[in-house]
Amino acid sequence: MASLISCPHCGTRPKEEFFIRGDANPVRPAPMATDEAWNDYVHLRVNPRGRIREHWQHVAGCRRWLVVERDNFTHEVFAVTDAAKAGEGAR
Amino acid sequence: MSAFRLASGGLVDRSHTLRFTFDGASLTGHAGDTLASALLANDRLLLGRSFKYHRPRGIMTAGPSEPNGLVTVGSGARRDPNTKATVAELYDGLEARSQNRWPSLAYDIGAVNNLMSRFLSAGFYYKTFMWPAAFWEKVYEPLIRRAAGLGRTDLPRDPDAYEKSWAHCDLLVVGAGPAGLAAALVAARSGLRVILAEQDFVLGGALLSETAPVGGEPPYVFARRVVEELQNSPNVTLMPRTTVFGWYDDNVFGALERVQKDVAALDAAKPVERLWRIVAKHAILATGAEERPLVFGGNDRPGIMTASAVSTYANRFGVAAGKSVAIFTNGSSGYRTAQDLAARGVEIAVLIDSRAASGDVAPDGVRLVRGGSIVDTKGRQRVRAVVADRGGFEELIGCDAVAMSGGWSPVIHLACQRGGKPVWSEALQAFMAPEAGPALVTAGAAAGHYRLSECFDDGARKASAIVEAIGRQAVGIERPVIGEETDPSFTALWHVPGAKSKAFVDFQNDVHTGDLGLAVREGFGHVEHAKRYTTGGMATDQGKLGNINAIGILAGMRGVSPAEVGTTTFRPFYTPVSFGALAGTSVDGHAMPIRRSPLHGWAARNGAVFIDAGLWYRSSWFPKAGEKTWRESVDREVRTVRENAGLCDVSTLGKIEVFGPDAAEFLSRLYCNPVLKLPVGKARYGLMLREDGMVYDDGTVSRLGEDHFFVTTTTALAGGVLSHMEFAAQVLWPDLRVRFLSVSDQWAQMSIAGPKARAILQAVVEDDISNAAFPFLAARAVRLKGNLKARLFRISFSGELAYELAVPAGYGEAVADALMRAGAPHGICAYGVETLNVLRLEKGHVTHAELDGRVTPDDAGLGRMMGTSKPDFIGKRLSARFGLTAADRAQLVGLKVLEPEKDIRAGAHLLKDGAKPSTLNDQGWVSSACFSPTLGGHIALAFLKSGRERYGEKIVVWDQLRGVETFAEVCDPVFVDRENTKLMA
Amino acid sequence: MRYSALSILKQAFAGNLGWKPAWREPEPKSHYDVIIVGGGGHGLATAYYLAKEFGIRNVAVIEKGYLGSGNVGRNTTIVRSNYMLPGNEPFYEFSLKLWEGLEQALNYNVMLSQRGIISLYHNDGQRDHYTRRGNAMMMEGVAAEQLDRETLKKMLPFLNFDHARFPIIGGLLQKRAGTARHDAVAWGFARGADRLGVDLIQNCEVTGIRRENGVVIGVETTKGFIGCNRLGLAAAGNSSRVGAMAGLKLPLESHVLQAFVTEGLKPCIDHVITYGAGHFYISQSDKGGLVFGAEIDGYSSYAQRGNLATAEHVMEEGVTMIPGLSRVRVLRSWGGVMDMSMDGSPIIDKTPIDNLYLNCGWCYGGFKATPASGFCFAHLIAKGESHHVARALRLDRFERGFPIDEAGAGTQPNLH
Repeated sequence: MASLISCPHCGTRPKEEFFIRGDANPVRPAPMATDEAWNDYVHLRVNPRGRIREHWQHVAGCRRWLVVERDNFTHEVFAVTDAAKAGEGAR
Repeated sequence: MSAFRLASGGLVDRSHTLRFTFDGASLTGHAGDTLASALLANDRLLLGRSFKYHRPRGIMTAGPSEPNGLVTVGSGARRDPNTKATVAELYDGLEARSQNRWPSLAYDIGAVNNLMSRFLSAGFYYKTFMWPAAFWEKVYEPLIRRAAGLGRTDLPRDPDAYEKSWAHCDLLVVGAGPAGLAAALVAARSGLRVILAEQDFVLGGALLSETAPVGGEPPYVFARRVVEELQNSPNVTLMPRTTVFGWYDDNVFGALERVQKDVAALDAAKPVERLWRIVAKHAILATGAEERPLVFGGNDRPGIMTASAVSTYANRFGVAAGKSVAIFTNGSSGYRTAQDLAARGVEIAVLIDSRAASGDVAPDGVRLVRGGSIVDTKGRQRVRAVVADRGGFEELIGCDAVAMSGGWSPVIHLACQRGGKPVWSEALQAFMAPEAGPALVTAGAAAGHYRLSECFDDGARKASAIVEAIGRQAVGIERPVIGEETDPSFTALWHVPGAKSKAFVDFQNDVHTGDLGLAVREGFGHVEHAKRYTTGGMATDQGKLGNINAIGILAGMRGVSPAEVGTTTFRPFYTPVSFGALAGTSVDGHAMPIRRSPLHGWAARNGAVFIDAGLWYRSSWFPKAGEKTWRESVDREVRTVRENAGLCDVSTLGKIEVFGPDAAEFLSRLYCNPVLKLPVGKARYGLMLREDGMVYDDGTVSRLGEDHFFVTTTTALAGGVLSHMEFAAQVLWPDLRVRFLSVSDQWAQMSIAGPKARAILQAVVEDDISNAAFPFLAARAVRLKGNLKARLFRISFSGELAYELAVPAGYGEAVADALMRAGAPHGICAYGVETLNVLRLEKGHVTHAELDGRVTPDDAGLGRMMGTSKPDFIGKRLSARFGLTAADRAQLVGLKVLEPEKDIRAGAHLLKDGAKPSTLNDQGWVSSACFSPTLGGHIALAFLKSGRERYGEKIVVWDQLRGVETFAEVCDPVFVDRENTKLMA
Repeated sequence: MRYSALSILKQAFAGNLGWKPAWREPEPKSHYDVIIVGGGGHGLATAYYLAKEFGIRNVAVIEKGYLGSGNVGRNTTIVRSNYMLPGNEPFYEFSLKLWEGLEQALNYNVMLSQRGIISLYHNDGQRDHYTRRGNAMMMEGVAAEQLDRETLKKMLPFLNFDHARFPIIGGLLQKRAGTARHDAVAWGFARGADRLGVDLIQNCEVTGIRRENGVVIGVETTKGFIGCNRLGLAAAGNSSRVGAMAGLKLPLESHVLQAFVTEGLKPCIDHVITYGAGHFYISQSDKGGLVFGAEIDGYSSYAQRGNLATAEHVMEEGVTMIPGLSRVRVLRSWGGVMDMSMDGSPIIDKTPIDNLYLNCGWCYGGFKATPASGFCFAHLIAKGESHHVARALRLDRFERGFPIDEAGAGTQPNLH
């Protein structure tokens, strides 16, 4: 993971072509959701050790936002999907 | 004289003599020598001084694990400190120097530490030097610093070049010994893309120093034959002089190729070293095994080496380590060395076997002592004798070299770099590589198969399995018949009891058994604590030789097995790698890309001084003849713009085209201010927040069509804003029908500002741009004379009547030239970002100096822009947090200097008149400041607590860093044309 | 036993056989007044100050590995107090003052070496930023100096003045900043705490936090349940995992930061130097190794190891700043797990759960904070209220809108 990422659009590329945003799990709340929901979204993270989903953007390639599903201890990557597709799954 | 070149034998080219120097003395060696073998051949045993006690030290190994034989190679700016003589390839003209000695290698003042050693036990420095408090840094520490370190550098600029490259393969084989060659051969014949990397300059590994015939030939001949076949296989890349130093995620390996590190004349077209990132589907570590030193009293004197090194010097380099060699072994390997020496006529003083009984047979005529040990050695700068002990009976035995064999450890370093812990093998009395998955396996001695035949078989077997895993048919190889093989068995002996003097475990850092005992006594018995407390394993060899004995000794002291003690963590780099190789070509001016505006040439022709602005070179000011300071130029440019007109390159701004039926809705959610109702043909200032409610970026939003917008960003955040928009479109609201792309590089954009801007521009623009036809904030496509399509925006950063004209990048310079010609009669000038900064500051406009990521729209005086009635925009909800709306937040104000002879600089802080400086009393800070030619005095923008309520207050501008304090009056941040009459004109 | 030159002399003549263990290895008692989770620098310092300053000696520190096995033993050892924001600067200055008396207080030489830190800047904007920062330090009474290019050329002639992509135009110097021997800090606090009666329990992993009626009453561990009146978490990169045992979701992400050391060299770099056109920083240890690092790898990670691309980038910055590093060989790289917070600043606060206290969010700057972190956390646990220099380091500052964002990067941890 930390060396190569398989972009679903561009193929396997070195890590330095990507920009990493962070946890992909938080979903932006509705505008009128509670203060707690908004604080949770912007500030709080489960931050588990193990399997996580993370937002990476292929800035030096297709510029698509991707969801990289991986283990943050072993650095094994399970799946890389386009974020728009991953979002459909979540909805 | 003791060590010498044998009359015959070895793989060196005796017909090719190379000259080199050591500490100024002229010496010779042969092609094929390492620096170490050549020094030995010249009977140079003493090579350097150890780290702590400055004890005399010589060569101990014949490979990359060398702890002692470190020298500085080269001279001037090409000096390489801490070079391992055992790896450095000899070349004609090589200059080597010993290290860590003063005034000379033979007479070293630092050696006094050796006499003081009882006071310098492990960790002694933690327990003293505390009183008086100031003495540590003034007296003790400088002494310690001077004593520490080995090689010396004055950090001269490196004249050599480095480069980096990627390589891809099905199978990477690390190590070209018997197992590696067999593996590579199977894979090569089976059609895999193979890379075979070997740190040595000759491929063959142990085959180069073995004597048992392979296929009826000397082993090195067999190795050459295999290498030749591999060389002729188009699917194989051989990489000699290449050390694989790291195993990274996704089976990517880091490797260092010494392209021309060891050559007499450098080819300037080539790098000295090349860094490889090797992407391997599979890898086989055929890295061999390391022979352990024995830990006995005085085991560090020059002339004492591992037995395998003694054999290697004899067999591969034709060098005898001594005239009379004592051998001390705990297993069969010592007997092999005895045979090697005997075969070459070197006298063996004694062969001492720590085992009481074994089936091993000493060569005829060699005195064999079973169940014995060495408890001490004699000699000053080289070993002269050993004190042997047999059942309590001591005997002094003269010798001039000692070969020691403490058993074997597989080299598993790379396999342990990704979190896997080594596994103790009771049978092999060694740590083995952890299970690392199918992508990385060990083979041969690295997997604990020490015999030559096993190495061949294991290498071939592991490669076959990989070939099949890839889905191909494995083509086998026939293993050659191998003569009498070296038996690898030994009985672990972690340290020799009854040592009469210091028995070293970590040679370079001078860690001896007493230090480990002290560590355990003081509660530092955990292997990591022991390492950190004694510094064992922290020298340049990273404990390759010593750690295993330290673990065994700790285990013994703690009464547990080595398995329970475990190892310290294996980490990159296997052997040290130069900064230069890791940095490659991305240094100096190439450290980061350079970006130039499409108007760069125009600016240069007009005499611009350029400054760095992120990756960009931006025109900063345009000095005229006779102007001596930048201020003179800037003051003139400001006055010219305010009175006539000026032209400024603003092409570096980020530019993004936004299309789609939902483009307006999309932008409405991105900007905090209303965008939905922006009429076609109009521009608007736009402010983007982060989701936490702080200002992210500002720019303009222009509506060029119902479904077509054009937005600009600041120069610094052009990339960031694009990513932010892409995130919003792809992740947050993928249902919005919007597409956009960056056109930052497609347009040259220039600002034409000043009362005469319209008149000048009209000379170039076909369309009517009168105030009625093209009012303030108009934004639309226009046609230039000559029928060039362009875009014109009537926006103003300067506060003047101003336009921004965008033309296709390739036409930028021509249009700018045309405008300058048209403007000449009106007194136009070119102006740069310095003047732009003064103009915007006079007008109270903000930049990233104000919008520093900690500022809300309200802080910046832009609170009214917030579209609070919009249902949603990024940053809306968190903007309402208590802390972001608190009344005492720092707010943007203007400052006018009250003492005309004094100036204000950005970064000054603010204090109430009469208040004592303190963090509590701190009232704010100055974000931007300049001399205003328009107002004739120094002005500034600042953030002041509750600032908008404090206009008129006299405040202290506190710049203690420069030693300047001055009074200023707080005022509205808009200094000029508060009524906007100029920009509406 | 007390350490001194005399004790070294006495022991030397006794063959160094009389040295006593630096700390006991006790079995855990069934109950303590305070349990601290995490035997790193901050946890050990907290225990020490609880006993020393606040008279609470019935304390246990519970560590899943060996003492000092976390970031205190894998950092670049920099000590400084050159912060800009009022929420931070007094805290870090308090810490530096504690550093300056630490060796005498602990009877342990942590080798504080106040060699000075020079933060280079490369353009006017950066100069203005460092001016603001320097003046903020001086407001707090912390000496700072601005160095111009000519002065720097004399002080640090090896910097890249002539060929750099981004020219060096000046630097901000804090003379009192420097380095300390990282392991010694952990060991000094451990020994100090032990001598005051604190139980240091190694190889004991916390597996759960037990609550009764919502109130914390102790921890489940691999050595069984251990009760306590108050529980302090100082688990650095593992804070989120330990916090989750009590149902807390924290404003943290764990990231890996790499650090590096070169082969030992005779003294050649006297200061701590930071690069303004990147994140590179470097100093030379008393052993002669150049110790350096730069930015975090950028992705969530609990693995104490980094990737090669980041390492290469670090070297690029290094050689660009000091061209003469080119031929110096890098010996070793390692990684630490950083508890990156949402604003880049730490948290020392109570939690919404009674008797549970939190110390986390140190990002990559926890080492310098060790004494103050311990002192202020001890103060909070002992007195139930924040020490005045740590008042801004609240857990609820995010929801209430009082971030302490030195980088101005917002709520994205990998940008701090």
